[in-house]
Parts: sequence; structure tokens; C-alpha cells
Amino acid sequence: MGRQHQVTEARSGQRFSCDEALPVLTAMEQHGLLCVPVGCRGGGCGLCKVRVLAGDYECGRMSCKHVPADAREQGYVLACRLFARSDLCIERYSKPCSESTVDPQQRQKVSL
Amino acid sequence: MKKGVMRPGHVQLRVLDMAKALEHYVDLLGLIEVDRDGQGRVYLKAWTETDKFSVVLREADEPGMDFMGFKVIDDACLTRLAGELLEFGCQVEELPAGELKDCGRRVQFSSPSGHRFELFAQKQVTGKWGLAEVNPEAWPRGLKGMRAVRFDHCLLYGDELDETLRLFTEVLGFTLAEQVLDGGTRIAQFLSLCMKAHDVAFILHPEKGRFHHASFFLETWEDVLRAADLISMTDTSIDIGPTRHGLTHGKTIYFFDPSGNRNEVFCGGDYHYPDHPVVTWTADQLGKAIFYHDRQLNERFLTVLT
Ligand code: FES
Ligand SMILES: [Fe+2]
Repeated sequence: MGRQHQVTEARSGQRFSCDEALPVLTAMEQHGLLCVPVGCRGGGCGLCKVRVLAGDYECGRMSCKHVPADAREQGYVLACRLFARSDLCIERYSKPCSESTVDPQQRQKVSL
Repeated sequence: MKKGVMRPGHVQLRVLDMAKALEHYVDLLGLIEVDRDGQGRVYLKAWTETDKFSVVLREADEPGMDFMGFKVIDDACLTRLAGELLEFGCQVEELPAGELKDCGRRVQFSSPSGHRFELFAQKQVTGKWGLAEVNPEAWPRGLKGMRAVRFDHCLLYGDELDETLRLFTEVLGFTLAEQVLDGGTRIAQFLSLCMKAHDVAFILHPEKGRFHHASFFLETWEDVLRAADLISMTDTSIDIGPTRHGLTHGKTIYFFDPSGNRNEVFCGGDYHYPDHPVVTWTADQLGKAIFYHDRQLNERFLTVLT
């Protein structure tokens, strides 16, 4: 186990501890929380996009389609590729899973 | 096969990190690395395939599918189809022999759904991996992981499904094997070249050119369960399964490569002859059509794409 940091998701107010060796999304899943939507867990689909509001962090490789360089400068990252280096405050970017729809007629309205 | 297009030949996928991708596709899926090229692309094959490669990985800063290739019966057919694709209104580009290592010239085109496809007639034949050409044994020793049998199909998300269907049936000779109808709108189409339930499939999506999964064939349900065990053992990102699809009735598991591209391994499923009526599911049963046991879609099915 590495150092532990506290991560707070601003919209839900949910808080969990995160080992600095683990992606923030994995730590969240291990705590049974869903405050950030979980997709591919590989930095490819963009579903877990968040904005880091405060704290130090490092990132693994992620799709430039979802996080272009300028967005990255503004603190946007993919939570499945986000490693905490201090306590973090993050904010979910995409709609939570429960708001997306399985009705194909509604699908047009779902945006990522 | 009626227009000379025989079967899926290869898929080129973009990955964020080649070393991690190879751990996944070689050690976990059990594909075999056969070559690399000057661009850094890595060529892989599944053991039963007779051509040199079926999966090409390219490192890029965005995952997804570059193109899917189909093998046609001969060079004359390739020339004829290039003309017909142009006539249909496709953007056609010819790539010279050798652009993909040991592959003949390729005719690339875009479908109305926004995906890049290509046709080729010739590729180096290296035979089934690890087996003698004459008096072959049942299977080779030394296969890794899931021991994928062959690259089987891709499922792609995009719009303009009607025009895409017209291209694939009228120009390329596919038949519509299975579909999902939402009233008068076809929201899913599974297309076949032969006896398989699908060689390529499309699902309606507002954004063009998205990739849902590349699928690999396994022989038995036991193999699918063993694949699931390996996914857990390696802590690989799982999507859903093992379960069964309603569409095609294949027994399946979905999971992700380390760059977020979805993979499937599956066994069984329906067979299809060109005279068979189209198998139809209705949109109100979409959950069961996709995941036959859960009878509802997991949220990721419609939204997690590369
Ligand atoms: S879950 Fe797909 S990019 Fe993070
Ligand atoms: Fe599939």
C-alpha cells in the first residue's frame, strides 16, 4: 500500500481515500461509489472525465479526443488515468450513468 | 460471397501504449506476434488463420479503429469492386502492395456510417500457427491466455445505416442476417458474407465512425468461462459477461484492452444462409436482444466507444 490521499467529488460531496498507486476511478470503485461514471477504465472512452479543482496529481496516457492539450491545462483529466499526489477535489464532467438512456429514441439526446 | 468478398481479413486498431497493448493481445488474448514495421506497427494473428496477420496495432494518442479489411477472391475482383465503390459515391483510395507488410494492394473506402474499410486480394500465406501443413495435429502447444481461434467480426457505431446497408449488400455482396427495428427504423444491422451470423455489424448512433468492439472466436462455452477467469486473474477491465446475446445467440464476454478499446470473445451462435429470412428483434426488446439473460442493457453498451 502506498500513501493514502482523500478525494472529494464536488457535485455529490462523496469522499473516499485513494492509494497513490491506484487510479482515482479504481479507488472509487473499490469503495462501492459511483460519483464518477465508469466506462472502459483505459483512458479511451471519456466517460470518467473530471475536472481537478484542487490538489496535485499525475496522469497516465489518455485519449486526446476527450482531453485535448488545452483542456488538460484547465485541469480536465480522465479519472481512470488520474493518480493523486495530494488530497484532491474533483468534479464529475459527464452525465452520470443513471441519466443516460437505453431508449434508442432518446439516444440522440445523450451526449458525452 | 456473391460479389467476390470472402471474409474479414484484418483490423487495424490504435492503442495508447504498445507494450501494454501487447501484454493484452498476446499474453491475455493469445494472439501471436508475427512482425513489426518501420512505422512501429505490430502485426498479430490468431493460430487457426492461414494468412500472415489479422490484427495490426498502431500506437497513437487516441484509441479506436483505423480500418477493417476484407479479403476478396482475386485481383480482378479487387479492380472491379474499386470501380463499383466509386460509382456508389465512396471516397476510394488505393494503397500500394507492401504498405501493410506482406499484403498486396488495398482499396480503401469510407462507409456512409463514417468508418474506413478496405479490400485486398493477396496476403502472404504462412499457414496455421504451430501446425504442419500436411497431417496437422488438432492444435499447437504453446498458445497463451485465451488461445483466440480467429479474428471474427467488428461491431461499429454510426449513422446512415440504410445507405451503409445498401453499400454492403449491393456493392460488396453481404446479406442482412439479423436486425433490430424501432418501428420503421433499423437501429442495428448484422451483415454476413457466408454462414456466420455476422462478419460486420452496425448500431445506429448520432456520431459517425465510432468503434464498439473487435471480436475473437473461441470454440466452447468452457473456453469463454476460462477467458473470464483470465480476465479476473489479470485484473483486466470487464464490461459484461459471461452471458448470451439474443441477437446471433452467441455466448460471449466483453472486456477492454488497456487503451479502452472493447474486445469480445465468444462461441456458438446462429448460422446463416443467404436464403434465410432476416432475424428480427424489436427495439422494445433491445435489452434482451443484446444481453439475453439480464434482459437489459448495461449503461456502457450504448455510451462506451472509442
Ligand atoms: S473509463 Fe473510459 S476513459 Fe476512463
Ligand atoms: Fe460481437
